[in-house]
Amino acid sequence: MNHTEQLTYREAMREAIREAMQQDPSVFLMGEDVGHYGGCYAVSKGLLQEFGESRIVDTPLSESGFVGAGIGAAMGGMRPIVEVMTVNFSLLALDQIVNNAATLRHMSGGQLGVPLVIRMATGSGKQLAAQHSHSLENWYAHVPGIKVLAPATIADARYMLAMALVDPDPVLIFEHVMLYNRKEAVPKADDCPAMDQAVVRQQGSDITLVSYGGSLFKTLAAAEALTEQKISAEVIDLRSLRPLDTQTLFSSVNKTHRLLVVDEGWRTGSLAGEICALVAEHCFWALDAPPQRVCSQEVPIPYPKHLEIAATPQVEHIVTTAKQIVYR
Amino acid sequence: MKDKNTLTRFLLEQIQTIAPDSDTDNLDPDEDMRDELDLDSMDFLRLLESISKQLSVNIPEVDYNKITTLNNMVNYIQAIAR
Amino acid sequence: MKTITMPSFGADMEQGKVAEWNIKPGDTVHRGDIIATIETMKGLIDMEVFDDGIVEQLLVQAGSEVPVGEPIATLRLLGEVAVETPQIKTTPVEKSEKPSTPLYANNEADYTTPVSTPPSETTAAISTQPHLETAQQAISLISPAARYQAEQQGFDWRTLPMGTGPNGAIVLADIQRYFQAEKSDLNATTPVKKHTHIEHDENEQKMRQAIAAVVSQSKREIPHYYLNQDISLTHALQWLQHYNETQPPESRLLINALIYCAIAKALQKFPTFNGFFQNNRFQPAEQVHLGNAINLRQGGLMVAAIHNAATLTPVTMMEKLKDQVIRAREGHLTMSEMQDATVTISNLGDRGSDAILGVIFPPQVALIGVGRVREVAWVENHIIKPVTIVSMSLAADHRVTDGHDGARLLSKINKLLQKPEQLT
Repeated sequence: MNHTEQLTYREAMREAIREAMQQDPSVFLMGEDVGHYGGCYAVSKGLLQEFGESRIVDTPLSESGFVGAGIGAAMGGMRPIVEVMTVNFSLLALDQIVNNAATLRHMSGGQLGVPLVIRMATGSGKQLAAQHSHSLENWYAHVPGIKVLAPATIADARYMLAMALVDPDPVLIFEHVMLYNRKEAVPKADDCPAMDQAVVRQQGSDITLVSYGGSLFKTLAAAEALTEQKISAEVIDLRSLRPLDTQTLFSSVNKTHRLLVVDEGWRTGSLAGEICALVAEHCFWALDAPPQRVCSQEVPIPYPKHLEIAATPQVEHIVTTAKQIVYR
Repeated sequence: MKDKNTLTRFLLEQIQTIAPDSDTDNLDPDEDMRDELDLDSMDFLRLLESISKQLSVNIPEVDYNKITTLNNMVNYIQAIAR
Repeated sequence: MKTITMPSFGADMEQGKVAEWNIKPGDTVHRGDIIATIETMKGLIDMEVFDDGIVEQLLVQAGSEVPVGEPIATLRLLGEVAVETPQIKTTPVEKSEKPSTPLYANNEADYTTPVSTPPSETTAAISTQPHLETAQQAISLISPAARYQAEQQGFDWRTLPMGTGPNGAIVLADIQRYFQAEKSDLNATTPVKKHTHIEHDENEQKMRQAIAAVVSQSKREIPHYYLNQDISLTHALQWLQHYNETQPPESRLLINALIYCAIAKALQKFPTFNGFFQNNRFQPAEQVHLGNAINLRQGGLMVAAIHNAATLTPVTMMEKLKDQVIRAREGHLTMSEMQDATVTISNLGDRGSDAILGVIFPPQVALIGVGRVREVAWVENHIIKPVTIVSMSLAADHRVTDGHDGARLLSKINKLLQKPEQLT
């Protein structure tokens, strides 16, 4: 591989799975259409041929069933990777994830662990309408006992999975559907810091823009537009939604004195709200303006393209809100 | 301005203008006036400027040590003016 | 419409007297014009205007004592339409081009909380009764960060005029601006020079409190390091003597002019000592504006900025120094001279102590101390000889620079003073 060679998010994820399976025979992938069809976003394409049906397992359409099977396998010493098509469908497995995977270590007094990784697609932008487009990752970030990751960059897509597999507890990985086709130069393992660390993607001094997953690149584009208007925005990529790297967050807000959170989830009860509350609790005396949020409109994500765009955070909206906060 | 008293009065007036709060009434004419009146180098230079402009007496830098007290300065100016 | 308020020249200033108006209603003014002379306990300061516009109203008469922050005049900014009935205006629109942000409102109709509009500070009463009432009755809006900073720096934000944030809220930038203005004052009262009079005990006490706040903040927050270097003035004095021989007293130079030129030129070569440390980072200043301490004689010092000092020659530097001393004592320093210094020189003069290690004035990052010009026994090429020297010191912010950089700065000043002809 030479330096200019590029990798898509989809390929990065596939490479991550392939590497994990090559290195550890206890790792296997299961989910709907992951085998013969190659995954609904084509992440696992070709893996069936390489690893065979015992390790790339097509499951029936039963989220509760196959997530439960994954939990059992993990408790039995395996390192399963379970793919759920979208976060909307994961609600069928909510009982398994929240009542079993997240609780067993606690309820067994530490005797049992569930080293399970669940990957799922999230977010809007592909005109898949209200049953396939929501961003419900915050529901999981609410629950103690599990960890929630949102890789946005190619490096994170490529290298976070291995960290998640090493973790002794359940880790959920949210892959935003608009990221699969993004390309970047082939990353190195060093490009991906520890999975629970937030990363400052752009340094700035006037305002802190916090984002993650699919909203990150809109936020970076907004930061660039702000730079042209002489507003220096710092962009934080959360990467981990649970636990939150509050240290990086607070030190940035203490420097810039202003906060805007960009989150494709709905505003009410959002992760953005949680971050604003944390900052208000911990950085109150550093704030020079009220913290603000750019979130999705409080409607089921619509099917028509123009309404889908109107319902979700866009670059112009981030820029306008940031300017109001900086009051310029 | 040959008269010693007139010259002394003139010098004290100039000092008052440059350093308005200085206690010229109680100045011992034989003490170092810069020390007594707390005149810094800028004040002193401005005093020489006034003397030069109003009396047409140009005191070169090398002679600064001859005019450290009020009496010395009066005598020096009288000597030059003569 | 822009409301012009009584400016603050320091935490110790509660009110000022409009000694003289240089403008009348209907006059066109430009940024930088002197519009009034303000009398403070430190003397007279020329007040500049910061916008282009037309004077609409003078709200106080010359001779009035006005608390800091009170409106004293209104200005119609260029492009604005005249206000028909200035007597009943209620909201001074600070900057009309800004988006109006509802302070307490949410963008979504479903979640809107009742919007309360805070009362404006400027009311009709001002033009007829230029007194304290209005400022006290109004609710002052201030951001937590601005409030914290104000309290850290020991001044009462309630006395500040309306800020530049939404609905006139005082924000961090406003505090930093006032602090900039204040710093020259605090500089001005460093206890290195004795006060010849203690004029007003009360003023004195407030001044001490203001100094205490800043020097404490400086020593608490700025990790100082100190360097000292003895610099031979043999060449500089020879050059000076030669130059002055042919000059009448009004054109003669003082050694300070050479020293200041050398410092300014050296600072330009080492920009990490010239600027401000704010918001956890250092921002170098583009020009060297030397803060120069001037002894006011009647009590205290003032620090006046010598603008663009690195571009001056010893002759123009001398003109500046002389001009500033005269204006400072006559009370005609301008606001920008009071506010713009990017670095400070603490000069003990020719009758002070041998050396001084100073306290940096935040948010500056360096202070250069100039000791007494004195004769010492100096060893050069194994020979002891009498040489006139000056001890030059540097107090610098270790967050921005290291001792190695500081040594290079002092060494550069030394080199420049060894070749005085090159300073011209």
